[in-house]
Amino acid sequence: MSKNDIFQPIQFRTPLSRARGLGASRHGVSHFITERVSGLALAPLSVWGVFAALKLVGADQHTAAAWVGQPVNAVLLSLLLISALIHLSNAVQVVIEDYIHRFTSKSALVIGNLFVCVLAGAVGVFSILKVALTVTGAH
Amino acid sequence: MVELALPKNSQVKSGKHWPAPAGAKKVKTFKIYRYDPEAGGNPRWDTYDVDVDTVGPMVLDALLYIKNTIDPTLAFRRSCREGVCGSCSMNIGGRNTLACTHGWAEVPGKAVQISPLPHMPVVKDLIPDLTLFYAQYASVEPWLHTDTPEPQAEWKQSPEDREKLDGLYECILCACCSTSCPSYWWNGDKYLGPAALLHAYRWLIDSRDEATGDRLDQLEDPFKLYRCHTIMNCAQVCPKGLNPAKAIAEIKKMMVERVV
Ligand code: SF4
Ligand code: SF4
Ligand code: FES
Repeated sequence: MSKNDIFQPIQFRTPLSRARGLGASRHGVSHFITERVSGLALAPLSVWGVFAALKLVGADQHTAAAWVGQPVNAVLLSLLLISALIHLSNAVQVVIEDYIHRFTSKSALVIGNLFVCVLAGAVGVFSILKVALTVTGAH
Repeated sequence: MVELALPKNSQVKSGKHWPAPAGAKKVKTFKIYRYDPEAGGNPRWDTYDVDVDTVGPMVLDALLYIKNTIDPTLAFRRSCREGVCGSCSMNIGGRNTLACTHGWAEVPGKAVQISPLPHMPVVKDLIPDLTLFYAQYASVEPWLHTDTPEPQAEWKQSPEDREKLDGLYECILCACCSTSCPSYWWNGDKYLGPAALLHAYRWLIDSRDEATGDRLDQLEDPFKLYRCHTIMNCAQVCPKGLNPAKAIAEIKKMMVERVV
């Protein structure tokens, strides 16, 4: 329950004061744009990703590692991962804000979401680079 | 947290049954939500078997008939009885609409089920408390803002610019849209809702208004504006055929336009 709970029977704040609340935070448009631009980037990248995955079905580890080692593949794979995680963290944040109303649990979840996505991105990109650089280095 | 079940004191129990008078020719059952805060206890479903032979075609006709001839304790709002005042909005057969323009014969199912607008505090029976809804409307300052000294005659507007207000100015503030919007259910204390945002847009695109930037400032907020996820319930239920979802999408476009 928030301090602005509309179901409280007795409210001494005026309705207009409740409607205005803490005012507009003057942010939101960048989130909106990021959501759409990451979605836009994801469209071609995920098509590429699906084709790549189909090509690698049944390949052994060496073939797969060599595939990741090709610069174009390594770059595109990293971009796919990053844009997917940006899109995901944005979307999950919206879901949290929709459904969780207590300030503490909401903030904790929003921060947790951010940490998990950034961590996943860091681990993912590091892994791609490690495979890519090891493969090329071994040649 | 979102509440997926009604709290215990809001669960609707079954209530009184009012059988049709003997010799009734054409009987239709109306299942109506009843709640009286003074009597205490849970809300209940009362069922009225109405001899509709002598009842007018609209749900409001049936409600008035019930109140006048069967059960005078039934409470609901109405005024114009022709779809212009917006006071008789309620949930009829699972859909928010105006009782005065919706025919009871059109309601699917055996019984015509009528309840107050969803997810609002209930004052009594079919009367929801719309105080915050109206305050949210007031918060978008729905009047002309100008700094230029007032002209001798009227503020001029081209016919094309005037046309941009069509599909917006017709809103009767019935709250059918906002109370059908899941985002408004979950965050109605912070999200302005489709009706208030439709009006916000009406003033944003008024060519005579001089406060467009300030108005956008007052809306840019993850909750006030961006809770709209284009679910489109609002456009589906609006009894005046307006499209608040589209107006909201246009506001979001304006927000992008001023940073890009
Ligand atoms: S937009 Fe339509 S549904 Fe919403 S308040 Fe106005 S008239 Fe009613
Ligand atoms: S389009 Fe937006 S305002 Fe309309 S019902 Fe959906 S979320 Fe609510
Ligand atoms: S009574 Fe006025 S809109 Fe129905």
